[in-house]
Amino acid sequence: MLKYILPLVLFSVLAVFLALGLNLHPSEIPSPLIGKPAPAFSAPKLQATARDDGSVAIDREPMRTPEEKLSTADLKGKVWLFNVWASWCASCRSEHPILNQLARQKAAIIVGLNYKDEPEAALGWLAQLGNPYDVSIMDQDGRIGIDWGVYGVPETFIIDKQGVVRYKHTGPVTPDDVQQVFLPLITTLQAEN
Amino acid sequence: MKYLSIIFLLVLSGSAYAAGVSPQFANPEQQEAYETLTSELRCLVCQNQTIADSNAELAADLRRQVYEMLQQGKSKQDIAQFMTDRYGDFVLYNPPFKLKTGVLWLGPVAFLLIGLVVVFLFVRRKKAESTMHAHAEHGNENAEKLAKIRSLLEKGDPS
Repeated sequence: MLKYILPLVLFSVLAVFLALGLNLHPSEIPSPLIGKPAPAFSAPKLQATARDDGSVAIDREPMRTPEEKLSTADLKGKVWLFNVWASWCASCRSEHPILNQLARQKAAIIVGLNYKDEPEAALGWLAQLGNPYDVSIMDQDGRIGIDWGVYGVPETFIIDKQGVVRYKHTGPVTPDDVQQVFLPLITTLQAEN
Repeated sequence: MKYLSIIFLLVLSGSAYAAGVSPQFANPEQQEAYETLTSELRCLVCQNQTIADSNAELAADLRRQVYEMLQQGKSKQDIAQFMTDRYGDFVLYNPPFKLKTGVLWLGPVAFLLIGLVVVFLFVRRKKAESTMHAHAEHGNENAEKLAKIRSLLEKGDPS
């Protein structure tokens, strides 16, 4: 009897393991940052500045005035989304309309990290597709990215009022993610002190 | 044609060399630390390559990070810690032994033990079967011989 049942049992065990394996996402690496203070940055904003002669320039150099910079300290006491994006990133394009829609709901501040991008291309991208970001900062050499453990674009973090990272999403955000995870979490975090 | 092929080979050699270029260090210890670290850190974009092997941009950035930290006099442990703080244990090709990675480390041993037990049981059963078989065969043979002897004794040798 065992002779007939054993292969069936082995097959079932194998089938269960394979089925679980199919639903794994090995490219999604759990972030060790969850529950830890958000890595500090102080970075130039992605923006075009008007020059005295009337032309428009994009600053690449370390910013001269504090208004041209954004740092994590500026965001204390606020719930914010930190979205890593780039104009060269194809899946950012697919999540962009969803971010635009989320921005219209004004649930939380959306900060963009323009990762390893050309500022001209990035600004052109925002002009063409709409700008969901309250502010974007530039990370041309990818150092802020390393501090945040960024390994694929797009990535989205949610940070609470205390400046603690509470959630990380890897890959493009879908409407389901927004409805089922982002908005409920943001509501909870907004209610915290 | 000859020149073309030389140019072609030169172009190829350039790309093959790109990931392997190692920057200059003041002392051989740092050089060695750099080479060990970059071959023990995983490139997270291309997951099955180390950052020393990979041509991905992130791998180049992480190599630069390792280089700069070594120049600042950071130890190997400091740099490995820096990386795991940001990317988790997954960034290490040689993950530390702890509760979460226990299955990873003990899994192969467990499977080996299961295999050995199965082989042991299988061999023992086979052995028991074959000796029983042998006994049974011998028994039959003996019985036949005995019967023959008996009949010979009773009837006497016909020859």
